[in-house]
Amino acid sequence: MKSPKCPRWMQRFFARLSSFATRRAQDDRLEEEIEEHIALQTAENLRAGLAPVEARRQAILKFGAVEAMKEDYRAERGLLFFENFLRDLRFALRMLRKSPGFTIVAIATLAMAIGANAVVFSVLNALILHPLHIPQAESFYAIQHGNEPSSHQSYPDYLDLRDRNRTFDDIAAYDAAQVGLDTGENPSRVWIILASANYFDVLRLQPFLGRFFHASDERGPNSAPYIVLSYAYWHTHFQDDRGVVGRVVQVNKHPFTILGVAPPGFNGTLVFFNPGFFVPLVDQEQVEGVNDLDARGHRFIFMTMGHLKPGITPAQATADLNSIGSYLEKTYPKDDDQRTFALARPSLYGDYLGKPVRAFMTGLMLLSALILLAACANLGSLFGARAADRSREVALRLALGASRSRILRQLFTEALLLSLLGGALGLWGSFVLLGALSNWQPFSRWPIQLPVNPDANVYGVALLLALASGFLFGAVPMRQVLHTNPYEIIKGAPRSVVRGRITIREVALVVQIAICALLVTSSIVAVRGLLRSLHTDFGFDPNNSVLADTDLSMSGYSDDRALQMQKRMVDTMATIPGVQSVGLIDWAPLVSGGGIDSMVFTDAATDFRSANAAAASFMFGISPEYFQAARTTLLAGRTFTWHDDQNSPRVAVINQEFARRLFSSPANALGGYFKRPDGTRLQVVGIVENGKYHSLTEDPQPAMFLPFLQSPSTQTYLVLRSDRDPAQLAAAVRGAMRILDPSLPVYMGPWNQELATTLFASRIAAITLGVMGAIGAMLSITGIFGLAAYSVSKRLRELGIRMALGAQRKEVLQAALGRALKLLAVGSAAGLLLGILASRVLASVVYQATPRDPVVLTGVVAAMLVLGIVATWIPARRALSIDPAILMRED
Amino acid sequence: MVLKTLDVLGPLHGYGIARRIEQISGDLLAVNQGTLYPVLLKLEQEGVIASEWGASENNRRARFYRLTREGRKQLQVETLDWQQTAAMIQRFFAAKAEDLS
Repeated sequence: MKSPKCPRWMQRFFARLSSFATRRAQDDRLEEEIEEHIALQTAENLRAGLAPVEARRQAILKFGAVEAMKEDYRAERGLLFFENFLRDLRFALRMLRKSPGFTIVAIATLAMAIGANAVVFSVLNALILHPLHIPQAESFYAIQHGNEPSSHQSYPDYLDLRDRNRTFDDIAAYDAAQVGLDTGENPSRVWIILASANYFDVLRLQPFLGRFFHASDERGPNSAPYIVLSYAYWHTHFQDDRGVVGRVVQVNKHPFTILGVAPPGFNGTLVFFNPGFFVPLVDQEQVEGVNDLDARGHRFIFMTMGHLKPGITPAQATADLNSIGSYLEKTYPKDDDQRTFALARPSLYGDYLGKPVRAFMTGLMLLSALILLAACANLGSLFGARAADRSREVALRLALGASRSRILRQLFTEALLLSLLGGALGLWGSFVLLGALSNWQPFSRWPIQLPVNPDANVYGVALLLALASGFLFGAVPMRQVLHTNPYEIIKGAPRSVVRGRITIREVALVVQIAICALLVTSSIVAVRGLLRSLHTDFGFDPNNSVLADTDLSMSGYSDDRALQMQKRMVDTMATIPGVQSVGLIDWAPLVSGGGIDSMVFTDAATDFRSANAAAASFMFGISPEYFQAARTTLLAGRTFTWHDDQNSPRVAVINQEFARRLFSSPANALGGYFKRPDGTRLQVVGIVENGKYHSLTEDPQPAMFLPFLQSPSTQTYLVLRSDRDPAQLAAAVRGAMRILDPSLPVYMGPWNQELATTLFASRIAAITLGVMGAIGAMLSITGIFGLAAYSVSKRLRELGIRMALGAQRKEVLQAALGRALKLLAVGSAAGLLLGILASRVLASVVYQATPRDPVVLTGVVAAMLVLGIVATWIPARRALSIDPAILMRED
Repeated sequence: MVLKTLDVLGPLHGYGIARRIEQISGDLLAVNQGTLYPVLLKLEQEGVIASEWGASENNRRARFYRLTREGRKQLQVETLDWQQTAAMIQRFFAAKAEDLS
């Protein structure tokens, strides 16, 4: 018996499915059969001697209730559940089309809330859950310092860690660098990874093309002139040419052989950094121009990392590393002090970015979940208001014999339809947004990109959220329906209106409005601060100046040749028509993001350990005309001349803050001496104004300027001051550069545009706050809308009576919406107050963020007012359009 | 019952089946004849009976149901089942106290 059962069930299902498709024809068939049946029975009855009319009546009686039987028949025949679902769906669509205001608000709210969740989740997914596409990523750790979230190591220390540990399979090291790549055509600057030769083996990767370099390839400094291209760089710069393997290209004028291409999706171990290619670390001298491979004190390696051996816990590995650390401290007391270690995830630069990013993303995820919850609560109350409006319809259906579950199913269909529509819209929006985010390169100089394209996980989560929120807010009016007493409602029993009591729903609404007002306040403050920071005092004038920057080491210059080239560059640029002055600096402030920090010591110092330093100061190497070109004011003393070179005494120009820290006052500083960590003694010959060097929000920082002839660097920024159009000027500069050396890769742009990097944080803050403010506004609108709509529909009759008794429009509105507007006012005031307090936090990100600004205050009030009007528009119109006559007749 | 009727009488329309069941049961099973049709549909969907249009006695279009091969098999199985069940129940009723001791 058992075996045929299952197929029969299936067979039946398919039969039902097919008959579902042809249900019209089948209805006709049944009709016909019934007709025939009754005709035959009538004939039979006639034969039995009944009168024709009676014969037919008896026949029909005998057949039984035709409609009930038809219903059964249909139930047997098709997919009842599915058919009902379709009917519900059609009904829901009709209902939604009938109230477009509600539909739009609901879908928009859900789209925003679900979209926000999808975006946040995919970023979380890309950065934290699945950041590394390497085998066994879970046992892969970066080694960072025990006392600070940094992972820098020196090469000799790395070798000791690699060879002395007993807990890692193997340890790889890497550093990032920028090189000039010459493939025979346009020379270009490329960011690369300098990797230990075991790098790819430690990562357990296989090449996409050709081969990787291995530990066996390196035999001392500059012994492995090989490069491995990243897949993306191969794709964009070599047009997927499979013939690149074996080609020889020039890296900083040194011949390197392309060995192979890394697998797609692998861009090194930092998620946001996309290097062009990989070069063995032992070639550091050719690539970076310096050889630090033997310098134990020079921690130039960015990160060391590896897979733990199977069965080893992170705690065991840390203990192992720390024992090597104490060995290093004992053996090399001069270079290695405090060598403790900790393990961290490599993808976000260990804990340096990892910890804040994880905390931030977790917070954001929680926040967006809360947003969704709040959206559901608001939509639930809106939905409840609609259900209350429809209580007559529901009562009627109940009275006609519909089961309560059938009615609930209809309501849920409506809720789910809304949430799925909203979810689809939200997902589409987040898809667009994430696509833009993935392709977005916030810093033109760095290959920084966030690969946050949504994957299947994200779609799954979005669908789940949509369904969950549909059930959540669909469930709100459930109690209402279950307790509907059709008899009472149709009779028109008076609904009791409880007034004056503060409900939880109202408190929640006030909180939402307050948060919304807070966000609106903060975003206006942020935008104002951002605008103001563009007109702040930088200590130089970024307007009307163009920056051209290059690194001479990329074309093989060093030492004297580099200096001579730099001199020639300054001279040549000065002859370009329209250029008023040309200055040279090794790191342009606020642009390069880096800048060099150097410890400085008082003249009396003899022990140059960092603990004894008088200050950490920014250090810039400049040409004599730099201050003039940058428009930095010289307050006292002199600037440099071309005679401040290697043969003359060491001199420096310092800023006011430097003078204050080391000499207590500018007056003492002029002519005074200070020392650098290598013991060189410098005399202060001039003092300039303070400026911003690293970020706009930094406190005044000490800075020293040294003549570039005494402090050579191949890194070269040319500041050209000119009133000419930047694009024209750039072309002229490029032409001049080409004559000087055609192989030199140059970046160029107006200085004020290059500040974008510095403004990044405040810009992001403004955008984030703006988006959150918009979501908050959306929530507040649905909240107020829901409350107002509910109160209007509950008190429809009361309002009608009032109007019939001659109440004015104003009074009606007051009665209908007074409470909602009162809540709005309370919430807005609270939010504004909170916003003023929160601006102190904002001040750390956005320059000069202050809410004590009439623009901010009026802006917030206006925004909340608009919000209130939008939210109460539909209920107000409804309240005003009440026709007492119709209302009275209805009941 | 439907299956047996069709087995005995060959192809038959709905009214015929209803009449037949009434007759055989001696009018004891005088349920609403209409309830027959959903049952017929279910059996047809299960594939144990098939139906097609034909002409009835008074030359009207009627739907005739007939047993399929699978239906015949099903009937055999169920007949056997029923006989076993009936026989067992029969034995229960026939059993007397002394038989068990």
